[in-house]
Amino acid sequence: MEVEWLTYLIHIIVPIIIVIAAALAVVFKDLIAAAIAVAAMSLLLSLEFYILQAPDVAIAEAGVGACLTTAILIIAIRATKREEEA
Amino acid sequence: MSGMSRIVKTMASVTFPLALIYGLYIIAHGHLTPGGGFQGGAVVASACIMILVAYGSVWTMGKIKEKRLSAFESLGALGFICLAFFGLIFGANYFFNNFLVHPEGLDIIFNGTAKGLSNINTAGVIPLMNFAVGLKVIVGLFAIVLVMAYATTKLKGEK
Repeated sequence: MEVEWLTYLIHIIVPIIIVIAAALAVVFKDLIAAAIAVAAMSLLLSLEFYILQAPDVAIAEAGVGACLTTAILIIAIRATKREEEA
Repeated sequence: MSGMSRIVKTMASVTFPLALIYGLYIIAHGHLTPGGGFQGGAVVASACIMILVAYGSVWTMGKIKEKRLSAFESLGALGFICLAFFGLIFGANYFFNNFLVHPEGLDIIFNGTAKGLSNINTAGVIPLMNFAVGLKVIVGLFAIVLVMAYATTKLKGEK
């Protein structure tokens, strides 16, 4: 009974943090900070997949979403400039 | 991107084998536990990209060429499709036939169902297909990020 109550609490808290991280990724002016917010959203999404009993999808999401996408985004941000500074 | 500091390089060198072993475990046990070729390949590619970010793309490109990565990626795809065609040749004449689980021939190596539940080789041709997909995913994802990082380094050097 104790464990079920904790599971319901996690099912409520984790989606709220996912939505907050996604909103922060839109709000941030610094692009590196926005990329890190997207990475945090992907990591929490993989946790949500795991507690919804889909560990297969959780491993794929943690590998692709949290690492590869962040690396590609940060490489792209370092290679480009703002239009005003060019 | 150029390399980072000595602390980052040391920590990447220490944690790289752990991530590598975890990803290879996911690939090798793909038919028994959650995960498989794509998931384990993504984890191993993440470990390789950690090394790439820590040591810089120029150093990494000096160690391995993208032509060889393309060759390994093609090898993974060829292995997968050749195993599918081997089912057409050796088995009951249909595509993707799991021909290694039949009770004669190579079942001593690849089908250990009769030896008890502790044996991991119980799926015939599926682990070999997982290895092929894993090789293709590791090399494909690593080649994308490596070429992208190296091209942006070259672009900064010319300006």
